[in-house]
Amino acid sequence: MELIKVTIDKNEIEVKKGTTIYQAAKQIGIDIPVLCYMNLEHLKIENRPGGCRICVVEVEGRKNLAPSCSTECADGMVVKTHSVRVLNARKTVLELILSDHPAQCLICSSSGKCDLQSLSQKLGIREIHAVENAEVSSYRKDCSPALNRDMDKCIMCRRCETICNDVQTVGALSAVNRGFMSVVAPAFEQDLIDSPCTFCGQCVAVCPTGALTPYDDTAKIIRALADPKKTVIVQTAPAVRAALGEEFGLPAGTLVTGKMVAALRTLGFDKVFDTDFAADLTIMEEGTELLNRITRHLKGDKDVKLPILTSCCPAWVNFFEVYFPDMLDVPSTARSPQQMFGSIAKTYYADLIGVKREDLVVVSIMPCLAKKFECQREEFSVDGNPDVDFSISTRELAGLIKSANITFDLLPEEEFDLPMGESTGAGVIFGVTGGVIEAAVRTAYEIHTGSKLNRINFEELRGMSGIRTATIYFGDTPIHIGIAHQLGNARKLLNGIREGRYNFHAIEIMACPGGCIGGAGQPLHHGDSSVIRARYDAIYREDAGKSIRKSHENPYIVKLYKEFLGHPMSEKAHHLLHTHYFDKNKI
Amino acid sequence: MSTFKIQDCHKETIKGICNSFENNPGELISILHKIQSEFGYLPEDIQREVAKNLKISVAKVYGVVTFYSFFTMTPKGKYPISVCMGTACYVRGAEKIVDELKDQLKIKVGGVTPDGKFSLDCLRCVGACGLAPVVLIGEKVYGRLEASQVREILESYVD
Repeated sequence: MELIKVTIDKNEIEVKKGTTIYQAAKQIGIDIPVLCYMNLEHLKIENRPGGCRICVVEVEGRKNLAPSCSTECADGMVVKTHSVRVLNARKTVLELILSDHPAQCLICSSSGKCDLQSLSQKLGIREIHAVENAEVSSYRKDCSPALNRDMDKCIMCRRCETICNDVQTVGALSAVNRGFMSVVAPAFEQDLIDSPCTFCGQCVAVCPTGALTPYDDTAKIIRALADPKKTVIVQTAPAVRAALGEEFGLPAGTLVTGKMVAALRTLGFDKVFDTDFAADLTIMEEGTELLNRITRHLKGDKDVKLPILTSCCPAWVNFFEVYFPDMLDVPSTARSPQQMFGSIAKTYYADLIGVKREDLVVVSIMPCLAKKFECQREEFSVDGNPDVDFSISTRELAGLIKSANITFDLLPEEEFDLPMGESTGAGVIFGVTGGVIEAAVRTAYEIHTGSKLNRINFEELRGMSGIRTATIYFGDTPIHIGIAHQLGNARKLLNGIREGRYNFHAIEIMACPGGCIGGAGQPLHHGDSSVIRARYDAIYREDAGKSIRKSHENPYIVKLYKEFLGHPMSEKAHHLLHTHYFDKNKI
Repeated sequence: MSTFKIQDCHKETIKGICNSFENNPGELISILHKIQSEFGYLPEDIQREVAKNLKISVAKVYGVVTFYSFFTMTPKGKYPISVCMGTACYVRGAEKIVDELKDQLKIKVGGVTPDGKFSLDCLRCVGACGLAPVVLIGEKVYGRLEASQVREILESYVD
């Protein structure tokens, strides 16, 4: 690799040819401000339209200032990153952006989390030179069941467009119109609900302003908690415990399971349960379905659909309903853990405590925005009463905790309630890419072979690369497994299956980068993907620390089948824990 | 937005045009150009069909259609009127002519008369500055035009 010499702010360094000025500066600790530029290194996702010009620097001998994010270093280049000329240019650029941005920071839901706002502070903007009577351009608001669009706050950084098109290959969003009228919108400027949007929310996760924000049901939860006639119970998804601490200033990857439970109890939830319990239940159903299909396949049944695809991820379900309507019989029919929890809570548990369905409110805390959409799907309600009433994100839970004057640091470590708070390590790893299939393998292996696993960790199924494959032997039977995270990778696998190029038995798919740990409801990563990596490690630490690590050994799952469901895939289980899919081809 | 309903024959035409550019998404602008000259405009259904052929998102196609002012999603009239608003035409009174056309036709710039006979658009410089102000109706060029002549010219277009 050819090395070249550059001088940045009087520091002479050697960099690889092809390195940008921004990257070179970063190597020696010079943090040039950026706005549209975003590089998620661990996930190989880059947005570099070179449009905002916040990152300009002065290059000796060059007439114009250079955008450092997209200018490569040249041998002998001398760069100044904070000369007066540069600082003035940055301020002017930012003021121009702000001149067409609503000044609503005090009441904006992204306040305190907004990259535009922190940049204004960093650059010391104290005044916006507006033209007299100039109007800030305005555009119709769009509210969907999962996320809201307020294009008045859009700065056209194009991060959402890159994520939606290049990473997720959903293609719901594109820049449309021109000049002051330009916005990012679905085709024909339809609402998101009418577009192919999967509600994965990754556009929200990368939006530097308040243009794309989650739909928020927090206020309804506060009202339910205050209603003496209601019994309000809560479930927490596995990935939440690995990220919630970040909202309270703890380092990424801090596990806050016990404090989270204590906080929820302090907030007034009658019972604090765990979605991990429902994840164990999912493994019983999905694992059994997998074994059934494989056994039939081995016996020569030509009608059996293989590979079986996991169905826990609601954005993934939306994705195949839109883009692969010809393959609706391939995914597992098992509902997601969130919905299995809701279904069991409003039948088995409601009976157990003698509360009527209508008086039981089920809240879920999810790392996800698509879960907000999922819990509103009609098929997951009985006579208009949803199995899961409200789904809020990790960030919204943090907001709820703060608004209730709870000092998170001082909370004790508490335990989940029983019966639906008991879970295994297998349930925990549902929060990370490869985790669902590893959990399924731990159970399916033992059921299929009738013998105990001599190891529990399946390293070959773990990792952060977008598509992974492995073969696990169930005794003499080789089981070919595929894993993909991010919908673009899922599309590649699915296209391969459609064309008959693969012979997988089982495939796990999660829509978000790294799985649920990188979900759009998690604390914002602000372009730093090491945060997601830290959560990944935390999830496996939580698994390793569990006394029970296989779903079928969860004593309360065993009890649930004995007292209520009968056996996996029983008629009752089918009715309560499985679903069907719809052709939503909107392309 | 539009009442255009795509038929199988339309799909064939679009497929043919896309094929002639090897279904290359990089040729989207040229493809849309060709399709617009075929259909007169680019309604929703046509954009969806183009996206399908090129295997790109409809949002992307719509983004390009709305970015370039040459592309239109509303049908043109039987006799499309284009008023040159280039510098020479402008200083010689093109705006008065536009106002007169708007009055006579009772439509805005970019609009179509309810009977679909005339549509009105402005463009920048047709390269006939010596004839300023210039108006095109269909392929026919009217030069050194005065607002008082507009009514007579419009009346000369009988179906």
